Amino acid sequence: MSTTTVVRPSIWSRLPLVRQLAQSVGWQRGMLVAGLVIIVVFLLTAALAPILAPYRFDQLRDANGTFGAQLPPGGAHLLGTTVGGYDVLSRVIWGAQTAVLVIVVAVILSIFAGVLLGLVSGYFGGWLDRVLVVICDAIYAFPSLLLAIVMSIVLSGGKSSLSFGILAAAISITVVFIPQYFRVIRSETVRIKAEAFVESAKVIGASNARVMFRHVLRNSTRTLPLILTLNASEAILTLAGLGFLGFGIEPTSAAEWGFDLNKSISDVAAGIWWTSIFPGTAIVLVVLGITLVGESLNDLADPRLRTRHRAIASSATPTEVDELEEAL
Amino acid sequence: MMTATAVSNAPSPGAEPAQKARSKGSGGTLGRYILIRLILIIPTVFILVSMVFILMHMIGDPITAALGGRLTPDQLADRIHAAGYDRPIWIQYFEYLGQVATGNFGTTISDNRPISEILLTYGGATLELAFYALIVAFIVGIPLGMLAAYLRDKWPDAVLRVFAILFYATPVFFAGLLLKLIFSVWLKILPVNGRASVGTELNLQLLDHPTNIYLIDAFRTGNPADVADVLTHALLPGIALGLLTAGIFLRLVRLNVIGTLGQDYVDAARSRGVGELRLVRKHAYKPALVPIITVIGLQIALLLGGAVLTETTFEWKGLGFMLVQYINARDFVAVQGIVVLLAVIVAVTNFIVDVIAALIDPRVRY
Repeated sequence: MSTTTVVRPSIWSRLPLVRQLAQSVGWQRGMLVAGLVIIVVFLLTAALAPILAPYRFDQLRDANGTFGAQLPPGGAHLLGTTVGGYDVLSRVIWGAQTAVLVIVVAVILSIFAGVLLGLVSGYFGGWLDRVLVVICDAIYAFPSLLLAIVMSIVLSGGKSSLSFGILAAAISITVVFIPQYFRVIRSETVRIKAEAFVESAKVIGASNARVMFRHVLRNSTRTLPLILTLNASEAILTLAGLGFLGFGIEPTSAAEWGFDLNKSISDVAAGIWWTSIFPGTAIVLVVLGITLVGESLNDLADPRLRTRHRAIASSATPTEVDELEEAL
Repeated sequence: MMTATAVSNAPSPGAEPAQKARSKGSGGTLGRYILIRLILIIPTVFILVSMVFILMHMIGDPITAALGGRLTPDQLADRIHAAGYDRPIWIQYFEYLGQVATGNFGTTISDNRPISEILLTYGGATLELAFYALIVAFIVGIPLGMLAAYLRDKWPDAVLRVFAILFYATPVFFAGLLLKLIFSVWLKILPVNGRASVGTELNLQLLDHPTNIYLIDAFRTGNPADVADVLTHALLPGIALGLLTAGIFLRLVRLNVIGTLGQDYVDAARSRGVGELRLVRKHAYKPALVPIITVIGLQIALLLGGAVLTETTFEWKGLGFMLVQYINARDFVAVQGIVVLLAVIVAVTNFIVDVIAALIDPRVRY
């Protein structure tokens, strides 16, 4: 009887972000909404790049001949052309696609590797755990950009080729992130391992794998969305940093904002502003959007930082809801 | 015997906080803490050196990488043999470990210079840049963070937080290019790049033992024009790199001050009628500093990464600038040397920061 009286939240309100949106008030909601809008625009730009962009990212000429280098904004080239003779607007739009690809690949790879290592390390403990912790701590203390540079030298021999460039960049970034997921999941695993329900599962005779994935993993992923947003913005900055140092992706294989900024260093001294401002602003906007969402989620998850409703709208606090779900 | 029973009694269920306090309180002399912390550097550095070595050797020998197309296969084989790169990898590995332990980071292939000499020549420049950046970060980040905590949840707090995120979201090189565009190209009031103008650089070279930290050298010339020249060159790179860190400081100070503002002793002070501004400045700020100092340690890694980008943007000839030069020259011995060196610097800085944190707050000690 008591279980039937529990109002289970509808599917809609249990979708990620929806609860947070409902929970937020005032400018905290403003920050969250602004961030979400930027992210949606960014994703749409990436998806619709072939339609939105007037030219290909590697296009140097059209029916009227070559574009010409360093043309100021206006006319056929709304945002001008680069020193290499590419259309700035097209490269900024196509750059969104590269950025999304790299973020997705980097985050998925690092979640898989980091979560798996953290789970195994925390669950079994022992010398493997100690070795992994020391290694991850060492990597964590290392300047991430340098590590990414070393990785991309290794992966591509210092040069990038076609689609391998995107993959190489993503893997270089992955290595930097693995320790973060590892740490979080490991400490949660160590905590949950001691809970009674894990012991019960073991007593029933569940295999290690079943306990790990069914009982421990499902309860240790609370903080993942937060790290995920942090990492997504860091992935963009690292990718841009790699590109700026000349490790990104060749202009003929994909458009990359950091690479374009590198090519614009000499333009700036000559007063040519359009080759740097547009790709740079694109980076800032995307990182801003992702970080706004991440910060808002962080605030909403922490009752000390949450701006309160005047009247409590939702009857159950998030942790209560989680516990209920667990009990059901 | 007494101590043994005391220890065995300690882990009673539910008494975990007390146990923690005890284990932290018991052996915790500062000297012992520093010693343990110092010993802990060794595995960190060892792992980093090994990792970089293994990774860099996965792409083959450095001589082929650097000189591949330019020498005949025979000459190449001779060079590889002379440098010992044809020996088994584990012999090279232990040899390298031994060299690093004695402070020898190898010799570059492209211009045949010892890495330790590169450190002495260009390390000062990077140090100087990081110093300027930290000053900017402190001046901008800490007061604004306190202000945001004081005005929390009001509109200036929201504005300040968006600024903090903007500082963080702007890549240092883009911030650098923007500053350059505005102040050097459009307003023409600050130099475009470099660490000093040619005349000043010549003056500094004439000194007996140049430290290569230009600010110190400029003061030693006793010429105010040199000092002014060095400082005007430092302004834009310092701000570009400093604002990145300032955003992080702002967020940290805000979070920690808000955290301490909720503590009982602050409530007690508030109930005695202490004003809110004074609470932030006198009561909540200092305890909030300890986690900030610890985080600064982690920021050093970010700062060095940022320095590589800033130096490239402003042609600031430091370790990061040289690193990129050597990467482009495919001189991987030099790259390996500089990367390992920077890793050692980060490990040592973290050690120093931890010791400072322990000096301020006895609870940090083991």
